Amino acid sequence: MRHIISVILEDEAGALSRVSGLFTQRGFNIESLTVAQTTDPTLSRMTIVSSGSERVLEQIVKQLNKLIEVVKVTDLTSQDHVERELMLAKISSTSKEGVDLKELVEIFGCKVVDVKDKIYTIEVSGKTKKINAFLDALEPSNIIEISRTGVTGISRGKKLI
Amino acid sequence: MELNGAEILVDCLQKEGVDHVFGYPGGAVLHIYDAIEAQDKITHVLVRHEQGAAHGADGYARANGKPGVVLVTSGPGITNAVTGIATAHMDSIPMVVISGQVPSPLIGMDAFQEVDATGITRSCVKHNFLVRDIKDIAITVKKAFHIATTGRPGPVVIDIPKDITIAKMEKEEYPESIEIRSYKPTTKPSNRQIRKAAELIANSKKPILYAGGGCVIGNASEELREFTRMLGFPITQTLMGLGAYPMTDKQSLGMLGMHGTYEANMAMHGSDCVVAIGARFDDRITGNLAKFCPSAKFIHIDIDPSQISKNVVADIPIVGQTTQVLKALISEMKDKELADISKWWSKIDEWRKVDSLAYKKSPGVIKPQSVIEALYEVTEGKAIVTSDVGQHQMWAAQYYLFDEPRQWINSGGLGTMGFGLPAAMGAKLAMPEKDIACVTGEGSIQMMLQELSTMLQYATPVKIINLNNGYLGMVRQWQEFFYEKRYAMSYMDALPDFVKLAESYGHLGIKVDKEEDLKPALVEAFKQKDRTVFLDIITDPSENVFPMIPAGGAHCDMLLAGRDEMVSKDETDFNAV
Repeated sequence: MRHIISVILEDEAGALSRVSGLFTQRGFNIESLTVAQTTDPTLSRMTIVSSGSERVLEQIVKQLNKLIEVVKVTDLTSQDHVERELMLAKISSTSKEGVDLKELVEIFGCKVVDVKDKIYTIEVSGKTKKINAFLDALEPSNIIEISRTGVTGISRGKKLI
Repeated sequence: MELNGAEILVDCLQKEGVDHVFGYPGGAVLHIYDAIEAQDKITHVLVRHEQGAAHGADGYARANGKPGVVLVTSGPGITNAVTGIATAHMDSIPMVVISGQVPSPLIGMDAFQEVDATGITRSCVKHNFLVRDIKDIAITVKKAFHIATTGRPGPVVIDIPKDITIAKMEKEEYPESIEIRSYKPTTKPSNRQIRKAAELIANSKKPILYAGGGCVIGNASEELREFTRMLGFPITQTLMGLGAYPMTDKQSLGMLGMHGTYEANMAMHGSDCVVAIGARFDDRITGNLAKFCPSAKFIHIDIDPSQISKNVVADIPIVGQTTQVLKALISEMKDKELADISKWWSKIDEWRKVDSLAYKKSPGVIKPQSVIEALYEVTEGKAIVTSDVGQHQMWAAQYYLFDEPRQWINSGGLGTMGFGLPAAMGAKLAMPEKDIACVTGEGSIQMMLQELSTMLQYATPVKIINLNNGYLGMVRQWQEFFYEKRYAMSYMDALPDFVKLAESYGHLGIKVDKEEDLKPALVEAFKQKDRTVFLDIITDPSENVFPMIPAGGAHCDMLLAGRDEMVSKDETDFNAV
């Protein structure tokens, strides 16, 4: 099962490699990992998407907690939460099947943020599923290049990590 | 007063109460060595190889409970120490390793003797630091000792670039204590879990206590004894836990696991309630997980939450210090009525009658088991025994009945050959009044032989009991059982003359190849209070370690000495209790 794990950790050199090293060392899987500073500049927030059985997830959370620099670990998927991913995609405008790119952009609520050499750069954000659906709607040969951020997430309402 | 980084570092070590540092100098740490030379509170032990430094500090820490301290240079200095650091990590030994690093501006430039020390050690330390500013030295040392010695202990590496040791600043007060917001180990158990555990323990009819290294490292031996005697339960101990409860006591079933006793393993298999205390259900303990303790409920006590439900799902997990958890359980259970377990004890006594550690003596050859028995007799069971890794390690664990914690020092988790000799040296420095025996084999001893030289320089007399059978015995045993006797690379030809070798290092060497000479030689060796004695004992090369649970087997599938068939008990035998 897929899990979104939020980790608050000290913003120190080497902290990221400790986390990624832990996943390799113990054979845990990482689908995506994002990290950036929080409102407290001494702390970073990391969002990891991983999958595995409940027991594997329990180990992931415990092993993360064991890292000295980790302040807090939460499995967001176990609670009410919002998740988003951002993608920048360069799409060629010459559509063979006549799918109107602008129409797609409207349907999926994305934005065209740049155009150069007849190539559109489109910004898509939403759940992973939506981004995948957008890509599926395109002619594969028109997709020049994509860059995805991986999932980030946050709990709903008053509840903090 | 203005001090340089090296002087600040050494001052911090003094403030931490460090009395011994095991190390080896080199370019990146020359300023630190200069500062060490200028003081006399800390004795520096100059080893002959950095792995020996880490094992020496490890043996020191295991013998007296204080953190071991290592000082090595950059590059090969720290890479040589890695095996010793990993050894300490697997067995949760408190250790602080200071490694020199190339000057800050050269980091990342592939400088001479540069290696990414924090990167290389990351997966085998509890934590590591790279000091980037002279102002951080004191706080980093404070953090390192705090992390190494609290919670589940472990090694911490501090990597210090050379320029940081040269820079100067005004001396500041060394912090008295430290608070790390992201590191707060749970020490006190939850009352609710204690009540639940007490209930289960009181109602179990076939209980067993299974005590591990956490009882030794956590100094919980006293509480463990009180708890075990109060309940009157059988107790088995892991390789790392031996001595936490006296092995000569009638409630002790000895060691469990792959080479554990018949009664310990059968009792585990038949139990309805296993109380794991500071133990981690290692694969050498559980054997085949699918067949492990089929009818037991598990209470798992550990300070490290990640150990709980890792291999075996705990019915009642209790996170906390072994001392505190046991104290809480003792007070909770003081007036509790316990289920009658007399039937369980009579079943266990039947299993005991199998006498699984019995072995046949044969004329003309020295049986390795008899060497350990003789060692036990001559030292009256009071020596600190270190070991290397292999058959001799198992025999020492089985036949030397440890009655006290910290009496048995071995590399249980990583299984590091070469550990025994430097660990014995460290143990002697920690406990100079004690007799120290290093039980080893001709394979293991050759991995750290050079430390014989250090042992002469620092006058650390230990007795080396070399069980010399010419084979890498445990490898040979597996090849005999599981590789149709194809003895690939397990025979060691061209062994040195160990007696002459010991003598060339300035020690006393005695060769023993007759049974009747064994005891007199041991007596003579232990009479030599001030000398290291190397006893090269020629033992039966065909001897195997029994009992044994073959890989994939259950606790009830044991191979016993002199019995060709596996002893397997069907379930009805257990249900009858």
